[in-house]
Amino acid sequence: MMIPACRLEDLPQGEAHRLNIDPPVSVFHTDDGELFAIDDTCTHQDASLADGWLEGCEVECPLHASKFDLRTGAVDAPPAKLPVRTHEVVVEDGMIYVRLSTDAPNLPPCISARLAGGPA
Amino acid sequence: MRTVAVVGASLAGLSAVRSLRKRGYDGRLVVVGDELHRPYDRPPLSKEFLAGTVGEAELALETDDEDLRAEWLLGVRATGLDHAARTLRLSGGREVQADGVVIATGAAARTLPGSEGLAGVHTLRTLDDARALRDELSRGGRLVVIGGGFIGAEVASTAYALGLDVTVVEAAPTPLAGALGETMGAIVSALHTDHGVRLECGVGVKGLSGEARVDAVLLEDGRGIPADIVVVGVGARPNVEWLEASGIALDNGVKCGADGRTSLAGVVAVGDCANWYDPRAGFHRRVEHWTGARERPDAAIAALLAGGAVEPGVPRPPYFWSDQYGVKIQFAGHAAGADSVTIEAGAADDRDVLAVYRRAGDPVAVLGMNQPRLFTRWRKQLAATAS
Repeated sequence: MMIPACRLEDLPQGEAHRLNIDPPVSVFHTDDGELFAIDDTCTHQDASLADGWLEGCEVECPLHASKFDLRTGAVDAPPAKLPVRTHEVVVEDGMIYVRLSTDAPNLPPCISARLAGGPA
Repeated sequence: MRTVAVVGASLAGLSAVRSLRKRGYDGRLVVVGDELHRPYDRPPLSKEFLAGTVGEAELALETDDEDLRAEWLLGVRATGLDHAARTLRLSGGREVQADGVVIATGAAARTLPGSEGLAGVHTLRTLDDARALRDELSRGGRLVVIGGGFIGAEVASTAYALGLDVTVVEAAPTPLAGALGETMGAIVSALHTDHGVRLECGVGVKGLSGEARVDAVLLEDGRGIPADIVVVGVGARPNVEWLEASGIALDNGVKCGADGRTSLAGVVAVGDCANWYDPRAGFHRRVEHWTGARERPDAAIAALLAGGAVEPGVPRPPYFWSDQYGVKIQFAGHAAGADSVTIEAGAADDRDVLAVYRRAGDPVAVLGMNQPRLFTRWRKQLAATAS
């Protein structure tokens, strides 16, 4: 599924754009001008990676110290233990689109419970 | 280097082990831990684990597919270090020969003199502590938390959510003033009273009363606060007694450089027991923050493997977080040197603020309450300007 995110000109380098879908996805525009899309929620706890510390091809969760590799979704160290999903990014006519991964997301326990209809 | 012994199997020790392997160390690796548990995460012990929403399996710090090729000696305590003989002495009389040693023995919770053997009195540092406290909190009742620091405040917040009647007693006039300064300490600690948790400040604790089980906390002004459960959250002291005869320089923990190197060659110190030289501050400091235990061992391992032939980088400003009453509290930098603090976003009355501490106009610290995005920006700026 291709989802329009935002116009490329509206996403400066070093910034992220969050898509409020469920679960949310964020597009990152690195300082080197590359575009990546990953699941927005840290796999450890409910935190938006779009609010995190972007450096090179890594984003550090805004709450704790785990860094996710935007290219692979891999996490470097605790407290998070699971990777985030990565999604394909396509730019057409100045518009950024995200092609959603069909893999199952790795969401933190509180979010998984909510999506499953259990207690938050 | 053929054998490295890591003394301490918590976050700092595990981070050191990971760094050793990541940096290509291929020799024998022995990890000594005085608890029986494999490395586990402590921040949830005062929050989600205590509340029952996170289980023990989720506390594990190692991942399922991780193989660090280490020998784990768990339930074993280090009792001495003979540097000349390159020997680590362990409880039970065992010895380990090691040409590299990483000291990561952490800190132990301070207790209240005279409270030994009194049921219902807890400290919170280890998984076993948290299990015991969780079981007691599940029965409800009146909880008195002695100490309005972060651990005390988190326990109070968790217990409040579990439905207990909670009182926090703090000897200083303003809780958290040491870490956050008076102004912001007052704003953050007001979270207690916002939620009907009583806060008694500026009064010391004289002792506890009770026969086999605690029944009250006695204050120095003569009052007694009835209690079914008491949590003592009055700080921690570094676990370095075992090093006293080793000849290593000790001063509020193991005295070491910015890269963790101690006064003994081939020995580095990391985590809560390390009193390291902070080049940003210009003096030694012991920082009991999760983030430091996670990040700083890598510099120490680099120094250990290079025999000190590498220049330590300037670490990022200390960072810690806390979750209280549903509010995410984040702090980076050093409040102590600030001459002003201003609220840049949000409002104190809403307990939703981004505050910047400055010295002579330059930012030296930043505090966020439910402001993760702005906080990250300021934290980045702080790291850039203070280096």
